[in-house]
Amino acid sequence: MKGLSLIVKTISDFVVAFIIIFGAYIVLYGHLTPGGGFAGGVIIASAFILLMLAHGREVAFSKLGERAAHILDSAGALAFLLIGWAGVVGGYFFMNVFGRGEQFRLLSSGMILPANIAIAFKVASSLFLVFSALAIFRRRSFRSMIEGELR
Amino acid sequence: MSPVPLFVAIPLGAAFLIPMLGIWWKKSGEVLAALSTVILAVMAILSIGSTAVTHHMGGWAPPVGIALVSDGLTVLLLIAVNVVAFLCILFSLKYMTAYSGLPKYYSLFMLMVAGMNGVVVSGDLFNLYVFLEIASIASYALVAFGTEADELEAGFKYLVLGSVASVMILFAIGTVYAVTGTLNMADAAREISLRFSGAGAMNPALLLAAAMFLMGFSLKAALVPFHAWLPDAHPSAPAPISAMLSGVVIKSLGVYAICRVFFHVFGFDPNVTSSVILANSMIWLAVLSIIIGGLVAVGQWDYKRLLAYSSIGQVGYVILGLGVGARVLATGGPRSLAALAILGGLFHLLNHAAFKSLLFLSSGAIQHATGTRDMKQMGGLRDKMPITSATTNLAALSISGVPPFSGFWSKLIILIAVVKAEHYVVAGIAIVMAFVTLVYYVKVQREIIFGSVRGAVEKAKEVPAAMYVPLIILAIVCVGFGLLYPVFGYRILEPARDALLNGAEYVKLVLG
Repeated sequence: MKGLSLIVKTISDFVVAFIIIFGAYIVLYGHLTPGGGFAGGVIIASAFILLMLAHGREVAFSKLGERAAHILDSAGALAFLLIGWAGVVGGYFFMNVFGRGEQFRLLSSGMILPANIAIAFKVASSLFLVFSALAIFRRRSFRSMIEGELR
Repeated sequence: MSPVPLFVAIPLGAAFLIPMLGIWWKKSGEVLAALSTVILAVMAILSIGSTAVTHHMGGWAPPVGIALVSDGLTVLLLIAVNVVAFLCILFSLKYMTAYSGLPKYYSLFMLMVAGMNGVVVSGDLFNLYVFLEIASIASYALVAFGTEADELEAGFKYLVLGSVASVMILFAIGTVYAVTGTLNMADAAREISLRFSGAGAMNPALLLAAAMFLMGFSLKAALVPFHAWLPDAHPSAPAPISAMLSGVVIKSLGVYAICRVFFHVFGFDPNVTSSVILANSMIWLAVLSIIIGGLVAVGQWDYKRLLAYSSIGQVGYVILGLGVGARVLATGGPRSLAALAILGGLFHLLNHAAFKSLLFLSSGAIQHATGTRDMKQMGGLRDKMPITSATTNLAALSISGVPPFSGFWSKLIILIAVVKAEHYVVAGIAIVMAFVTLVYYVKVQREIIFGSVRGAVEKAKEVPAAMYVPLIILAIVCVGFGLLYPVFGYRILEPARDALLNGAEYVKLVLG
């Protein structure tokens, strides 16, 4: 059987959706409550890492492909840079030129919300990629390791 | 809007576009990297003679907001970084075809350029640290890009030592923040000079910060005794990366940061007793680097390793000029003498960026043609590769200080300043070691360029034009810097020297 035991698999299938929702909440409300793009991105990445730990690489990659993660990784950073460029309209790089909206509402504080979303994509996909790079080596059985060394 | 943020935004954009487009378009790296570096190089050259400006990120004025500052010193470094980066990309187009994963290479290269430009334009200590990390981490990966055992080992060694330096720098920044309550360099400088000028001694916490800054930045600049990573990292990296590392990375992350932090933030004030200690330690590090870098280089038979040790020695000369200038300021000597010493150091920095990147690129061309870096297996390259040998020869003459090439004039200015400042022993060492430099470059000429054709050279052919054109451009620069100093000196070097001398001007520029 690939991955961990049935109990771990069932429970992690159950919590993954909630972890992602919680991460999205941390990202979207980053300008109002503690949190933000980085923290939320780490939480979202941890959901995919949990999938990889419980089910193995293949299942995790079927949810978020390596190529898609690479594209999201660059796109998040580019989106953040573009938000910075948008400020040039106001005369300064990263100037907050978007509408500020009503205080304490979800759609407020101008560029902070889109910047948080961009950072979340970048952080979530990069951390997932870092973890998948660490998991690139497959485990050999102890016996074959010993035999390999004896040879 | 001033163009200063573009120096960071353009390479950063290219760095993230390249891997994304690289999935569908195999040539994305070559095209985008060449395009963005040529734009950056043109922008850097156009910024010569521009007035010093500050750009407030997001419209928030310092000390609250983040400021990007472009003064004379920044322009000098921007020219060196971006022109060398463009020529290295030009060289890479052909040279790097032997490697796989090219979009990653160009992406990392552009990240490194973004980091260096960021260090140079940042007006804020913490942003300086962040950009320094961007440039360093990209260079760790680039050193190991070949992923052979040697290269991975060199990359890992560089990673560990570089991280130690980064921790030191971060700790020093934290200490400065704790004492002054600000991260903006101009604001910290004002705070330090208000509190400690005339007080006789500086706060011991600030002295600790200065010591850690000196250690961290010296490690990035590869001054002896912090040089251990360089002789492994430079030979292992692909040739264009060696040229970038030696030509500009150690200067923008090390020498520039030392200049900015010590001349502007801490200041060399004759009323503060500790500033003499700081200046003296710069001179000590410089003398050690000149002696050890030079003497060890003589014994090397790996061409790129010889060049790497030579970099240590030559950066020593740069720091010697700056350190003597700092000591003259700290002891209340004549400002004209300090100006001369600093000018010599900055001139040597610019020259070294030109001839050392030329030498490393030519080592890449030679390795491409002969397949070896071992000088014992070469000889008579003049007959087989005339253009590469001629440019190598010119750079070797220039770095060993033969008149009328550029290296002679910058070393001469440094030596005159050292003698006038009455450091006779240091001057003697610098002169003797200048001859040692000549000795190991004569060895390069004898073993590689002249003599009869032997060993691996027999099958060598001249490299394609895409590889020798950057060599020719850099060779012209080497000659030009030597002969045309009156034409460009007052436009590039003198604003940089004045920026370093007048710390108060910098504070006024940033804080208004």
